[in-house]
Amino acid sequence: MTTTKTPLLEVRDLAARIGGVEILKGISLTVNPGEVHAIMGPNGSGKSTFSKVLAGHPAYEVVSGEALFLGQDLFAMAPEERARAGLFLSFQYPVEIPGVANAQFLRLAYNTVQGARGKEELDPLEFDDFVREKLALLDIDPGFLDRSVNEGFSGGEKKRNEILQMALLEPWLAFLDETDSGLDIDALRIVANGINSLRTPENAMVLVTHYQRLLNLVVPDYVHVMDRGRLVRTGGKDLALELEERGYDWLGAGATA
Amino acid sequence: MTTATAFIEQLLAGRDAKPAPDALRALRGEALEQANRLTVPTTREEDWRFTDLTPLYRLAFKPAGPSPAVSLESIAAYVTPEAAHRVVFVDGRYAPALSRSSDEAGVTVTALSAAAAESLAAVVEPRLGRIAAIDGDAFRAINTAHLGDAAVVHVRRNAAASAPVHLLFVTTQAQIATHPRVLIVAETGGEVTVLEDHVALADAAYCVNAVTEIDVAANARVRHIRVQRETQTAFHIATSKARLAKDARYDSVAVNLGARISRLNLHVQHDGEGAQATVDGLALIAGRQLADTHSFIDHAQPHCRTRQLHKTVVGGGAHAVFSGRILVRPGAQLTDSQQQSRNLLLTGKAHVDTKPQLEIFADDVKCAHGATVGQIDPEELFYLRSRGLGEAAARNLLTYAFAAEIVGRIPIPSVAAQLRGHALAQTAGKD
Repeated sequence: MTTTKTPLLEVRDLAARIGGVEILKGISLTVNPGEVHAIMGPNGSGKSTFSKVLAGHPAYEVVSGEALFLGQDLFAMAPEERARAGLFLSFQYPVEIPGVANAQFLRLAYNTVQGARGKEELDPLEFDDFVREKLALLDIDPGFLDRSVNEGFSGGEKKRNEILQMALLEPWLAFLDETDSGLDIDALRIVANGINSLRTPENAMVLVTHYQRLLNLVVPDYVHVMDRGRLVRTGGKDLALELEERGYDWLGAGATA
Repeated sequence: MTTATAFIEQLLAGRDAKPAPDALRALRGEALEQANRLTVPTTREEDWRFTDLTPLYRLAFKPAGPSPAVSLESIAAYVTPEAAHRVVFVDGRYAPALSRSSDEAGVTVTALSAAAAESLAAVVEPRLGRIAAIDGDAFRAINTAHLGDAAVVHVRRNAAASAPVHLLFVTTQAQIATHPRVLIVAETGGEVTVLEDHVALADAAYCVNAVTEIDVAANARVRHIRVQRETQTAFHIATSKARLAKDARYDSVAVNLGARISRLNLHVQHDGEGAQATVDGLALIAGRQLADTHSFIDHAQPHCRTRQLHKTVVGGGAHAVFSGRILVRPGAQLTDSQQQSRNLLLTGKAHVDTKPQLEIFADDVKCAHGATVGQIDPEELFYLRSRGLGEAAARNLLTYAFAAEIVGRIPIPSVAAQLRGHALAQTAGKD
């Protein structure tokens, strides 16, 4: 099985800052097709920053290092180009957009990405059929489509809406930033089932999380621990269990020693 | 100054000499006297500090000639399918052939000139000119001096109009001034939705000087949608005043899209305990347009509630003005009043002046106001771009959404859809 796959993502020595403060201090990570990675770490360790930098958030400045996505220089691409190329970020705090119906937004995003990939765009009726299948997958009420994007959604509804977007946009690589936070156990199970059903041998996911419980449901191949802007340890899924029991302190101390 | 005086003379000279009922004659005569005494506002007055009407005063007016034949087809774009009643005025004159009314118990929608004498005496005379008094305003004086006809909506006690009423004011000629007048009366427990719509069929410079009076009796409810879509070279000056009795409810959405310069004096008077009002506004302007809304919410009685959201989207070198005065009079305890002024500037040359003013003379009240002036939120922009939307498309969508929030509060689907389309077209720049 160890054929030479092209990695989806290769990050080398990435350093990035916001407002003059360096948050990422040299991160290297390779993600291959079919893999699930988890990045864990205490609050403020830089987990969210890492995914935002890769998605192209304009507030962050890349200081050094590089990132190749499907062999392309990621940092030379605008955020929308990254999305069209197949990089997806599920937001920790999805933005509310009053005045735009969710269905309208989803179709616009879907068609924009389809168009950029040279694939077929869907008219409103076709899209409606298509999106309803995906709604069923995530156990989402169709009334969801008529509401304004994320406006007045509960935390769980917002996270489901993120996974719905992932289902529609079919990315090669998805960063799921704290997708599990704020979910009760039933909602977590639904979201995890949704994520699992979207896994293929060709795509990959990076779960950015604080807690181990999502990793019981979406089992990672690799667990990385981030601390103060560096990946200080990488292991298998058992590392997550160990972190759950022992906390992060033993690693942080070891890393700086 | 001389231009301004000449302006009033010019506008008064165009008065229709048609005979009017006695009561209106008295009202007109008094207004004429006042109009001759008053001067038009200048930017030296606090209330007009940001809105310079000089271009209006320089406009040469001519009396309205016979209107070109306006057919139902030519106004088809403005016909609202949901409306059961429609009263159309063309260049200031009632157009019965374009109007239609339906027989509905307790609901009368008519032109004043076609109203029954008893309705005049019982409904119109006690209210016309008394809800929106001239009160030193030259434009209201001129409008009232012209009073020959008006659109009248009357809902009797406990009657509810089953479908919206459409009052359509169409301008077809350049260099004319029209003085639309509207009276909406909902008696105790009555209910009606009224669309007041100002449009043009020719790309021309003209002046519309409108006055709307709304009387909402105890426990009655009036929904008032006011759409101003004049030409980009027109002038639109208007007063809209609603008087609310005990437990009355008034919901207003005012949308300003057109006119080189527009000014809306929006006045809501809580005149009975427990009255409630929502006052929503949107100005969507570009180019050299100026849109000015001066609102005055007068809490004269206890236990009344107001929710006001005024939004402006300002592109090009346009200028939006909002002055929102909320007065809580002594004794108006337990007033609950909230006002938000939110403004989106699309260019470096776009400009907004927003001035919320709270004047509170009662001690047990809940009043809040706030104003924001800004550009597109970078977090929202990033969110959309991370979903594949180009930067321009994302900006356009967010701009549209900002406007669409107000449009979504219009309870007439076809009008909301039409205005959404307009907002979409205006915010869809080049991607």
